[in-house]
Amino acid sequence: MRHSIFNLVRQAFAGNQGWPRQWRSPAPKRAYDMIVVGAGGHGLATAYYLAAEHGLRNIAVLEKGWLGGGNTGRNTTIIRSNYLWEESQKLYEHAVQLWEDLSQTLNYNVMYSPRGVMMLAHTQHDVQSFQRHIHANRLGGIDNEWLTAEQAQAFCPILNIDPSLRYPVIGAALQRRGGTARHDAVAWGYARAADALGVDIIENCTVTGIDRDASGAVSGVQTSRGAIRAARVGVVAAGHSSVLMGMAGVRMPLESYPLQALVSEPVKPVMPCVVMSNTVHAYMSQSDKGELVIGAGTDAYTSYSQTGGLHIAMHTLDAICELFPVVRRMRMLRNWGGIVDVTPDRSPIIGKTPVPGLFVNCGWGTGGFKATPGSGHVFAHTLATGEPHPINAPFSLDRFRTGRLIDEAAAAAVAH
Amino acid sequence: MIVRQRSGTRLRFSFDGKDYTGVAGDTLASALLANGVHLMGRSFKYHRPRGVLGAGAEEPNALVDVAGPDGRSTPNLRATTVELYDGLRATSQNRYPSLRFDLGAVNGLLSPLLGAGFYYKTFMHPRAAWATLYEPLIRRAAGLGEAPRRPDPDHYAQRYAHCETLVVGAGPAGLLAALTAAQSGERVMVVDEQAVLGGSLLAERRATIAGQPAADWLAATLATLAAMPNVQLLPRTTAFGYYQQNLLGLVERVTDHLAAPDPALPRERLWQVRARDVVLATGAIERPLVFAGNDRPGVMLASAARTYCNRYGVAVGRRVVVFTADDSAYAAALDLQAAGVAVVAIVDLRPDPSGPGVVAARAAGLTVMPGTAVIATTGHWRVTGARLSSNTTLACDALLMGGGWTPSVHLFSQSRGTLRFDAARQIYLPGTPAQRQSSVGGANGVFDLASILAPLAVAGDIPAQGGFLGLVPGSRATGFVDYQNDVKAADILQATQEGFRSIEHVKRYTTTGMATDQGKTSNMNALAIAAAALDLPLPEVGLTSFRTPYTPVTFGSIAGAARGALFDPVRKTPIHPWAEAQGAAFEDVGQWKRAWYFQHIGESMHEAVKRECLTVRRAVGLFDASTLGKIEVVGPDAAEFLNRLYTNSWSKLAVGRCRYGLMLTEAGFVLDDGVVGRLAADRFHVTTTSGGAGRVLAHMEDYLQTEFTDLQVWLTSTTEQWAVIAVQGPRARDLLAPLVEGIDLAAMPHMSVREGRIAGVPTRLFQVSFTGELGYEVNVPAGHALAVWEALWAAGAPYDACAYGTEAMHVLRAEKGYIVVGQETDGTVTPEDLGLGWAVGKAKADFVGKRSLAMMDLQATDRPQLVGLLPAHLPQEGAQIVDRADPPIGSAALGHVTSAYDSATLGRPMALALLAGGRRRMGQTVHITTATGTMPATIVAPVFYDQEGARLDA
Repeated sequence: MRHSIFNLVRQAFAGNQGWPRQWRSPAPKRAYDMIVVGAGGHGLATAYYLAAEHGLRNIAVLEKGWLGGGNTGRNTTIIRSNYLWEESQKLYEHAVQLWEDLSQTLNYNVMYSPRGVMMLAHTQHDVQSFQRHIHANRLGGIDNEWLTAEQAQAFCPILNIDPSLRYPVIGAALQRRGGTARHDAVAWGYARAADALGVDIIENCTVTGIDRDASGAVSGVQTSRGAIRAARVGVVAAGHSSVLMGMAGVRMPLESYPLQALVSEPVKPVMPCVVMSNTVHAYMSQSDKGELVIGAGTDAYTSYSQTGGLHIAMHTLDAICELFPVVRRMRMLRNWGGIVDVTPDRSPIIGKTPVPGLFVNCGWGTGGFKATPGSGHVFAHTLATGEPHPINAPFSLDRFRTGRLIDEAAAAAVAH
Repeated sequence: MIVRQRSGTRLRFSFDGKDYTGVAGDTLASALLANGVHLMGRSFKYHRPRGVLGAGAEEPNALVDVAGPDGRSTPNLRATTVELYDGLRATSQNRYPSLRFDLGAVNGLLSPLLGAGFYYKTFMHPRAAWATLYEPLIRRAAGLGEAPRRPDPDHYAQRYAHCETLVVGAGPAGLLAALTAAQSGERVMVVDEQAVLGGSLLAERRATIAGQPAADWLAATLATLAAMPNVQLLPRTTAFGYYQQNLLGLVERVTDHLAAPDPALPRERLWQVRARDVVLATGAIERPLVFAGNDRPGVMLASAARTYCNRYGVAVGRRVVVFTADDSAYAAALDLQAAGVAVVAIVDLRPDPSGPGVVAARAAGLTVMPGTAVIATTGHWRVTGARLSSNTTLACDALLMGGGWTPSVHLFSQSRGTLRFDAARQIYLPGTPAQRQSSVGGANGVFDLASILAPLAVAGDIPAQGGFLGLVPGSRATGFVDYQNDVKAADILQATQEGFRSIEHVKRYTTTGMATDQGKTSNMNALAIAAAALDLPLPEVGLTSFRTPYTPVTFGSIAGAARGALFDPVRKTPIHPWAEAQGAAFEDVGQWKRAWYFQHIGESMHEAVKRECLTVRRAVGLFDASTLGKIEVVGPDAAEFLNRLYTNSWSKLAVGRCRYGLMLTEAGFVLDDGVVGRLAADRFHVTTTSGGAGRVLAHMEDYLQTEFTDLQVWLTSTTEQWAVIAVQGPRARDLLAPLVEGIDLAAMPHMSVREGRIAGVPTRLFQVSFTGELGYEVNVPAGHALAVWEALWAAGAPYDACAYGTEAMHVLRAEKGYIVVGQETDGTVTPEDLGLGWAVGKAKADFVGKRSLAMMDLQATDRPQLVGLLPAHLPQEGAQIVDRADPPIGSAALGHVTSAYDSATLGRPMALALLAGGRRRMGQTVHITTATGTMPATIVAPVFYDQEGARLDA
């Protein structure tokens, strides 16, 4: 049943008892043409585009828990494409363009809200770094503009630009097309659309091994629900990608860290945009429900524990209260963590692996949500054709051998 | 008539502008109920009129904003936990224009349209309308209270504490545990979220303990504990988070209950307590029953009504009906009856209830209706009747619900202990603990006082026994599961019908359990309804995770004193006061404040920097370089250690000589640089960039402790111990000479270090230059730095010396093509890219980054290389370099401008840039992006001044 105001009204008169399942709960078949491991946003998007754009219908997405339960459901939902390097710009801009009509594409309101993402500059070094981004983005056709401190406050009235701040706001870079989306709806929308095209989404199905044939190529996976054959397997398992790839004997250049986020109690609209500050380590937006959504940093040590330390949240709220003094009496409602998989250059790995038939999409670190549609789209191309899409070709695993890194943390380097 | 049986100091307060009086010890909720006010709020979505459901932290409905002086306002406070004080002003929320006449109530009429997840199914056309029309409307309708409009004038404190036993919850189980631990001599902390300690005993009028009334036993026990020096009692303190290694986060509310708090007091105090053992005595929370109309004002938990009656002396109605599936509600009925309230009937879902409560109720003449359900209610602003499954309606003005009790396992679950499901009693209980921790009393599913307090003799208790989960049979599914978020049983049924099978999905799709009460009263009913709909045993639907905090915690408490100047430590050099007195402007570099430029009266920044640069080139300048990172590297293997950490070779560096060192990341990119001096065969004075000091020391320690364990080397940060004064310019030696003792300046070569005295103070004197002029860096103990600076300043007067800041330093070094790590480098730049290939010891067996330097891409010849640019105008740092004056969108950048200055020495703008294959393109013209277009620039070598280096050792 299509989602529409017409059906909403019709169902309202029927006591909302006629809504069909958004996706099935099928038992795994013995074999598929292709298996995607991991039903997060990226995995589900991959399956959707495999079905919708490459005509592949005999596909399964295997998920050890419930779909969208990992970082898809734990992030702070920020979307932007104002990256420094051309390779990144193309990848994230591809995603933003898909975001723009994703609700219509999926017939599911993912609430993409281009409310503007503003990144604050506090030091001369920040100014240099942001100007570099702005010049690079303008050349790449991506909107990103410099604001003075006063203009930044006009864009976000609760922002404190008092020059006596420990790290005063001296300007900002604004991407107006950046914004937020409703994270759960993204997973559900892709799941529903993929399911409608025949994709089997199999929850509570843990992959315990990756099978390879005599030639060394992938032949299927072992799972908690039995062996499943497939000649192509795409691993999209975020923080646990290195564990899964290890099953196929591939050692990944990944480290996994807990990353925290928190929300306040809901209040009436007070925060009209997304504000980020790398220098003081804080970012904040307000959800449609009214909660202030606040991102904190990663713990200093690698871990698979989905709770981070209290001191990390404390450090973030220090910064939030300085930047937005009116929220100091507000209260933290929920605090949680997710496991992020970080590569040496902090850019993702999307492509082939040394094992024939085995593909990987991981290493999104702290910023994967924004890329969801673009990531799924190019990874589907890679899985379907066996070769990377031009957009993800630079994001190969091989780059750690050749040295052709795409280091986005680079321009944030601080010294002098 | 309202029954009010308690006396005490009268307190005036207002709610929505109307004045009332309460009694000391009241909560806002008990005081409003005592005044006959049941309508306290509106629900989130349908704006339904709501009264209190509970009497404590679990309250989902009665959320208010409390205003104080000086712009203090706090939204979303539970009226059940707001302590009354004289002059308190509270207002209701989420209604317009008033609580009684709320336009938002129209949503209630549209409720069939607004079921679970309706917003995912519409608002999609036209595309632009989401952001411009629908979303703004939804945002305005959503939210609860208003965020404060003014900065918070209060302050917050933080404390750390250790103890042997931390007891969370001061009900009977917690107090007994505390007493036991305290009597063995342990340091014990007892925390409880309420204003007074006692938990359930505060509302216990029936039971006797050790032969005395419960209240007397409580008073005696508290007195005993209070008198023990090893016991700390913390009321008004919520344990909100259970972290690793038995670290608990507590928040103590210090002043919110006071009418006129001492301004010196913090509003709240955040405690971080590390305990050897933790006892969780967090009790249990009563559940509502889910039936149509279970949210009308006057419908509340039986335990809450009992608390209002016994503890606050407030009767919640004159004619009450009790609807229960649990024995404990009988105690409420009996206590209310004893207080003079008419108990119309006890409607018990169970076909054959027979516990001590039932016996006592029948003995007291109460009507018990077994095997009966309340399936609907009447009334609007207040419940007026309860419709029974037997098709009769009982008139009433309060309806008490006893759905059974849910152990408060929140903290246990946060501690990563595993829960177990007790299928017989349909409750989750603490299973295997993950830390040194035990759960006792209600939190552990033990509800009878006799078991909790054994071996003390207990009589007269009516313990919880029974309970019911899910939709009441015979009721329509319009009953509310999550009151605050307006989630009905029907919404959960719809979610399961739409294929949401995991409870996490059901929760997120319907928003059940996601309100500010975090599902304290709703989660189990939601689980049961979902399980029944999916035809699964309850545990198979899963359990949503218990996230910190237990109840919301003020941001200000978590931030504590880390605000203003204390937000992050400010590091100042010993010479800072001098610079400040000279009117220097400062810039933030990491935590340091560095003198940026010294502006004379009437000068612009540009003019000041120009003057400083020219003075250094012409005569001499003093520069405070104290922020430079310094690390003393000592030990028999010190040279070998540096060999492995730096690209350069150190073995042959003679004592008394210095070398410019480059340090790489594992990936082969420049991490840091600095001059290293050899003071002895086994001792090096290493300098790092100002911002990199901590990073470099950590990098060194990391390798020393994990990779190079064969080396005998010790590392000591000496950044704070040595202050550094750079003396740079053709007259530098002349300036220094009269002040130096024990060093033959004339015999010192460029890149050397000597130890001696300067201005009577011990010094490590380096002859090094970051300006291209003859230069020295005078290292002196920090405590003497200001005196030495002043002596040098005085000595410089005859030469017309200047003090220069970081801006001039940057210009001077750029004119010489000296790089700044973090400006010419960005983590993607190799030594070769910078033209520093000479600093890489090709013959060395290994050093960090060596293997990566051999990678194909790092050897490529089209990599960005450091070049100079002579641009038409001053470009922005960070501007991109392109081939064409009019580059089309999507053009590839050839590189970027890393530094750009208006050079006084050259009399024109200049820039350093990283440009693809730049060294092969000398003399060519490229284009630099500007805010509006591009400007042309000529590629030149990156050394603009004194290319031969003749001035360095003049």
